[in-house]
Amino acid sequence: MKTVCFYFQVHQPWRLKTYRFFQMGNDHNYLDDFTNRAIMQKVARECYLPMNALLLSLIREGKGAFKFTFSITGSAVEQFKAYAPEVLESFKQLADTGCVEFLGETYSHSLASLASVDEFKNEVKLHTAMLKEEFGVKPTAFRNTELIYSDEIAQSVEAMGFKTMLAEGAKHILGWKSPNFVYTDAVDNKLRLLLRNYKLSDDIAFRFSNEGWNEWPLTADKYADWVASETGDIVNLFMDYETFGEHQKAASGIFDFMKALPAALQSRGIEFATASEAAKKLQPVAVLHCPYAMSWADEERDVTAWLGNDLQNEAFRKLYALAPRVKKAKNKDFDFVWHFMQNSDHFYYMATKWLSDGDVHSYFNPYDSAYEAFINYMNVLADFEIELNKL
Amino acid sequence: MRVLMFGWEFPPHIAGGLGTACYGMTQGLARNDVEVIFVMPKASGDEDQSFVKVVNASDIEARYCDSSIEGADDIMRKISFIHIDSNMVPYISPEEWATYREGYERTGKKFWERKGDSWTQRYTFSGKYGANIMEEVARYAVVAAEVARQLEGQFDVIHAHDWLTYFAGIAAKRVSGKPLVVHMHATSFDRSSSDNIDTRVYEIERAGMAAADMVIAVSNLTRNIVINKYNIEPEKVVAVHNAVQFAENDNPVPERGVEDKIVTFLGRITFQKGPDYFIEAAAKVLHRVPNVRFVMAGSGDMMNHCIRRVAQLGIADRFHFTGFLKGDDVQKMFQLSDVYIMPSVSEPFGISPLEAMRSNVPTIISHQSGVAEVLDYAIKVNYWDVDAMADAIYGLITYPALAKMFSEKGMDEVNNLKWINAAVKIKDVYQQAIDKCK
Repeated sequence: MKTVCFYFQVHQPWRLKTYRFFQMGNDHNYLDDFTNRAIMQKVARECYLPMNALLLSLIREGKGAFKFTFSITGSAVEQFKAYAPEVLESFKQLADTGCVEFLGETYSHSLASLASVDEFKNEVKLHTAMLKEEFGVKPTAFRNTELIYSDEIAQSVEAMGFKTMLAEGAKHILGWKSPNFVYTDAVDNKLRLLLRNYKLSDDIAFRFSNEGWNEWPLTADKYADWVASETGDIVNLFMDYETFGEHQKAASGIFDFMKALPAALQSRGIEFATASEAAKKLQPVAVLHCPYAMSWADEERDVTAWLGNDLQNEAFRKLYALAPRVKKAKNKDFDFVWHFMQNSDHFYYMATKWLSDGDVHSYFNPYDSAYEAFINYMNVLADFEIELNKL
Repeated sequence: MRVLMFGWEFPPHIAGGLGTACYGMTQGLARNDVEVIFVMPKASGDEDQSFVKVVNASDIEARYCDSSIEGADDIMRKISFIHIDSNMVPYISPEEWATYREGYERTGKKFWERKGDSWTQRYTFSGKYGANIMEEVARYAVVAAEVARQLEGQFDVIHAHDWLTYFAGIAAKRVSGKPLVVHMHATSFDRSSSDNIDTRVYEIERAGMAAADMVIAVSNLTRNIVINKYNIEPEKVVAVHNAVQFAENDNPVPERGVEDKIVTFLGRITFQKGPDYFIEAAAKVLHRVPNVRFVMAGSGDMMNHCIRRVAQLGIADRFHFTGFLKGDDVQKMFQLSDVYIMPSVSEPFGISPLEAMRSNVPTIISHQSGVAEVLDYAIKVNYWDVDAMADAIYGLITYPALAKMFSEKGMDEVNNLKWINAAVKIKDVYQQAIDKCK
């Protein structure tokens, strides 16, 4: 019997306001409150609230058969609390059903795993504490920011006590192998890996409403047929939660599609499992070697969307150079800034690769150019450092 | 003596380098008993309207007059303004012009009414001139001939500023038979990288200077270019350095947010301003002293290149970009600075160091700027010599006595650069031109 594992990523970055040189040293409020509020409330209205309600009703109808997995970042939870507390409540309601698994990840949706093991562990620890506090759960499966994965990162994740990790079913890593099986890490084979089926995931996440796509319109029955015809044990459908109602608008029929999908899959003998359940239930078939970091982003499936040019590397270096001083400061206000400055999104805005994936980049980007994004970020960082040095 | 002057802007409509210079110059001339009729294209957008409109200065004197100067009314009475309806707007490239014009035809909205400014991108000469701006130059010449005809007998000499008005100057000379003086505020060689110049602009400049009876260059540097690269007879080229007239600065000193020393570059970020040399020098200084920040204020076609270079050198936490500064922010930037630097590769004159000195800021300038010829109390380096530049920056931020000397003496020096003195020289040039034509 084939299994489908749904995992939805919930994240909102803290967006910086336009912060000019003249403000440096005088103004320490770095956030664009208006934009952050406006975006959070819009996404809450169009995606989080209706989709959470839909999932809740599907769980109730499924009587325990329909299950899925969430990963929610600390930055998103902070913004729920600030701007849309009812969203946080609806996530808690889902958590209480017992049919939802919450994954461990970095608190700030950060790139800390590429900076240092210490910072990575701090971020994950903080996120685990947040899950306990808000949802009363302790995560056993892990997903790193943007599904960034390498043999080295796998070792850190395993050392932190996780049993399962999610990664991209990247062609350049898998080669002829299929993502539809469970794998293990390459070093000591203790961490079980679930790999994203990017073709079927992106059919929903990117292509669903594309009228130029030759499979448009996509119906639940057609899609369920595709899933059923896949070879292997498991189909991992990993995507941003904002797909539902935000990237794919309600008018595209995405909610109706998702409403019909569980029944369509079940009628073809397919069952659901959360990430940890699936990894436990299924036998790993092979090890996965990944010496260099891969991710689920862009055509290259590597980390060049965040660390692919001089601007990004410079900002990244300068940010993490502050880590020891922030740690020493032991100050809540500084910690808050320190975390939102780590949002991977800031680095994404500085990307200069605009060919095949340009439209995805510009969709998410509040800046006119990578250079503007860089200047603004560095101005904020400079002020943060000045304040840090005053302590 | 009476002058028919062709310019293209005058404060307060566009307050930038040339307009400001014309403003100071006409005042200086008026105080030397020279009457000026100032003709400029007034961009109205209505191309079909007939062209000449004489505006009496008394109608607008409240806007132009600096009442703090004794006898200002008198001076302004000697200056008449003539506005000519034209779409010609200075300092924008023909590509921009075409874009704006399309926008106007589509929406009926004139771009010069939009917020922001046409200054940010001036002189972005790329060698792809469309026919349109040249047509405007020619049209301005036709209009100028008409102006000269109507004002016959009311002027003794014609004075044309920069290449856009040269055809107008030539036309007026032909119609009236009066001597022509052309004023080179910049050359094609200052506007483009290397010798890759716009040949059409070069030809107009050369034709203007060839037809002129006298040529005024804003510095010896420019005079040499005129002689060597345009083949103009040295006898008829005279260098008259610009002066400055400052608006009273009553801005409060802005609150300083950072304790570090601030070294500022302010200007267009383009090849001829030498921004990349500033970055290399900054990296060298930061290698030695940590408590200094560098600011590059302005925008331009090399900005992204500069940002990348700063990131490559790993100094982005101490090297800041402000983007284009508007209004009071320019003054604020000067006031926040501890050192001002102008590393221009080629600068006909360069007024910004004077503004910095006026704010008590010690200044470093390149030998390749006209202003270097008139200043003693500024550190001068070759633009390519980043070691010397770094050295000068280091000295000014590390030794207070040195900085104090340059800021105090520099203030005195800059206060002595008066238009009234420069105007005496210009008047003398007029006289030579008139004598030549006798």
